[in-house]
Amino acid sequence: MIYLTSFIFCGLVCLIGQLILDNTKLSAGHITSIFVIVGSFLDTFSIYDQIINHVGAGALVPITSFGHSLIHGALAKASDMGIMGLLMGMFDLTASGITAAIVFTFIFTLFFRPKN
Amino acid sequence: MEKKKYEELVNKHKPTETRGQNAFIAFVTGGIVGVIGQVLTECYTSWFDISTKDASTFMLVTLIFLASLFTALGFFDKWVTFCKCGLIIPITGFAHSMTSAGIEYRKEGPIFGLGSNIFKLAGSVILYGVVSAWFFGILRLIIMGG
Repeated sequence: MIYLTSFIFCGLVCLIGQLILDNTKLSAGHITSIFVIVGSFLDTFSIYDQIINHVGAGALVPITSFGHSLIHGALAKASDMGIMGLLMGMFDLTASGITAAIVFTFIFTLFFRPKN
Repeated sequence: MEKKKYEELVNKHKPTETRGQNAFIAFVTGGIVGVIGQVLTECYTSWFDISTKDASTFMLVTLIFLASLFTALGFFDKWVTFCKCGLIIPITGFAHSMTSAGIEYRKEGPIFGLGSNIFKLAGSVILYGVVSAWFFGILRLIIMGG
């Protein structure tokens, strides 16, 4: 069951992105940025947390979860530290993803050359 | 050649793929990526005996690793051209944009090539993510007090 909900939710997010890409002049960069903003907006009032509870990892895979992780870490820190906590905890949860992407990119660019 | 005839010719040779087909492919491939994420999370939970939260971090790192590797090997670009948003919207698109920018610009040197261009495409995601998260965070602190 959780596989089905994962499939449907992640598929629907991609479907919406594809519809925006095909029917407007926005590029893929615009759409990913918009989706990140939507993700952080949805988590402002903990809606995205509810979605993750119901849908499973299917809600963590789309880029919307990046925005959710950013604001989630910031708010968790802000509950201890007040308004400065927003700045201190911003990358708490996304640190692993960003670091992994940077490290893997660096390693692979050392070993591989462009194809054409 | 008359304008009408030219338009007919152009229409004849236009790619036949429709918007509906694109949307369907994006839905299916995006869904498959989501299911892979769920399967990986459950595998990691049972193999390493860790919480679901830690396992989902492992899962995201695995997806980023695979997307980075496949981009470096050269065939992920073809997948992205075929699936479009099915692979761009998931976290794989983030890793793909970084690795493809890195490989493309590395010949211009380690600082002004790789260093300054690695976030060329992914930078907008981080910028608008951080700014919106900060703004909405302030908003929530004002409205709900924490």
